[in-house]
Amino acid sequence: MALLSFERKYRVRGGTLIGGDLFDFWIGPFYVGFFGLTTIFFSAVGTALILYGAALGPTWNIWRISIAPPDLSYGLALAPLTEGGLWQIITICAIGAFASWALREVEICRKLGIGYHVPFAFGVAIFAYVTLVVIRPVLLGAWGHGFPYGIFSHLDWVSNVGYQYLHFHYNPAHMLAVTFFFTTTLALSLHGGLILSAANPGEKDGLPPQQDEVKTPEYEDTFFRDTIGYSVGTLGIHRLGLVLALNAGFWSAVCIVISGPFWNQGWPQWWNWWLDLPIWS
Amino acid sequence: MSYWTIFGVAGAAVLGAALVFGPDWDLPPADTEQVGYRGTGMFVSRDHEKQVALREANQVPEAPWEADPEGDRAGEIYENVQVLGHLSDDQFNQFMAAITEWISPEEGCTYCHSEDGNFAWDGMYTKVVSRRMIQMTQAINEDWQAHVGNVGVTCYTCHKGNHIPQNVWWLDDDPEPAGGALGYRAGQNVVGEFVGRTSMPQNALADYLLNDMEIRVHSDTALPTGVNTATTKETESTWALMMHMSESLGANCLTCHNSRAFNSWDESPPQRVTAWHGIRMARDINNDYMVGLTPVFPENRLGPEGDVLKVGCATCHNGVQKPLYGVSMLQDYVDALAEKTDTGVPDFESFVPNETEVLAPARSSRLESFGQKETEVAAQ
Repeated sequence: MALLSFERKYRVRGGTLIGGDLFDFWIGPFYVGFFGLTTIFFSAVGTALILYGAALGPTWNIWRISIAPPDLSYGLALAPLTEGGLWQIITICAIGAFASWALREVEICRKLGIGYHVPFAFGVAIFAYVTLVVIRPVLLGAWGHGFPYGIFSHLDWVSNVGYQYLHFHYNPAHMLAVTFFFTTTLALSLHGGLILSAANPGEKDGLPPQQDEVKTPEYEDTFFRDTIGYSVGTLGIHRLGLVLALNAGFWSAVCIVISGPFWNQGWPQWWNWWLDLPIWS
Repeated sequence: MSYWTIFGVAGAAVLGAALVFGPDWDLPPADTEQVGYRGTGMFVSRDHEKQVALREANQVPEAPWEADPEGDRAGEIYENVQVLGHLSDDQFNQFMAAITEWISPEEGCTYCHSEDGNFAWDGMYTKVVSRRMIQMTQAINEDWQAHVGNVGVTCYTCHKGNHIPQNVWWLDDDPEPAGGALGYRAGQNVVGEFVGRTSMPQNALADYLLNDMEIRVHSDTALPTGVNTATTKETESTWALMMHMSESLGANCLTCHNSRAFNSWDESPPQRVTAWHGIRMARDINNDYMVGLTPVFPENRLGPEGDVLKVGCATCHNGVQKPLYGVSMLQDYVDALAEKTDTGVPDFESFVPNETEVLAPARSSRLESFGQKETEVAAQ
């Protein structure tokens, strides 16, 4: 890919966390760095192991390939490759690849002298994944509590784990997470719609029709002030978006980590504290 | 700091404290049982501390003594022994001593028998009910082996030292809906005490454990074909019953199902078969034994809608997958409870408290039929 004329200005030396100048170079449009190499390493090994696992398994149907975690009986020990050991190594590769990618983002932020908001946001997603395959299994005492790596199989896992607690919609953290997910999409759609509406004002009245001029943020603010009496503003909408999205991921992690380690009944029973408040019981 | 900030922080602190200290949180680790292939998430997790408490609450009491099966039969010695007349004198008294400990450890014999020592008298409703319940226990042990196996049940399985088993259900219309369309809530949307305290249909147990509404609402195809007419509400009723079953057994959905296809027997753990029989057993008990006894019970022993207290899964299971952790109490009372003896049903409508002397089935008394049986045996 060709380098854009102004891009060279931003391709500055330094800012690396590890390796000094050694890996401080680009391949085409991509910054490499030490963590670029580790990303490639972990991704390649992990993918190869998934292919190996698929080759050992009963199917090449892309939907049905599944790399399952070990039986509970292995606890937190290593399992033989074909009985969950592959899952364990692939998990290490996945975490290695995700963390490398986040650190590569940090290095790029340092080069550009910008904040770490993007790697931080990605870090919340990694945290959610690590919660599922490391934190919760460790708290419950067995790697077998991780989810299987397969398109259909991980959905079946989600279904069954939900039904372990009878009715997952009564999980208070799940309620929060779902609400944040929906609110995130609501905020993004309002924001996207508003920006596109200001950038596509349509045609002016009159003949011949003439393209109207693109509107400024003042128009955008006024739209929401007229509608709901308040506009969060051009910077504010992005703060709001980030807060909503990170909360969605964070509460997802919370809702699954409390299921099992900190709650073993059906989630409807969690609400007994509310139903039994001395005000009405 | 503005007042808004102070109020906000204070509110958050109160809410946070309520969420941390209010609910009955567990702490890791959990006792997890794997019931399916690895990676399918088919686990039953139980909190360690709660299991210890549950185990203590479900201990089996020792038999009062080992009964001698020899000697004269109770039916020949005592009057008006309709169901247990085939026992030896010692067995009969051992069983009476045991049932007293199981049902009325404080009141003793006089919970069912007259204080003047006339043990044959049927004037107390408790005695009439007890006799019917003994018939029921015998029937469960003989006819419902598919559910209770050789472990069987005794009165203690449900009563556990209480007059009324602690986990029973009744028709629940509370809170009374307001009149008109505004008050219509389709029998749900309130705290359903018998359906796992969810907001699902609160009388689902009546639909399935008294009536025989179709439990299976699952389609056999991925996309709708018009064949399956089950509604969301019917599905929620099914779910409500399943909540009751899960809570009753301290189990979860995976104990009997793989949730990727709830309907598929092939993918279900074998416990589902036991549960299938259990649903039918509870239905039979309610219809054949509990409902018929309604006229005998005084008002304070009936539900708020005037219906008899009924049997659900929790009645026997009491939060444990195998009642009393699978210990067979029946072994000490095989002659009394393992098989049906007299199955006759008296006219419960004719019962008058404190006046009825003997409440027996219209046909031959237990004593006579027992005598015939003995003659037949002798003839062989």
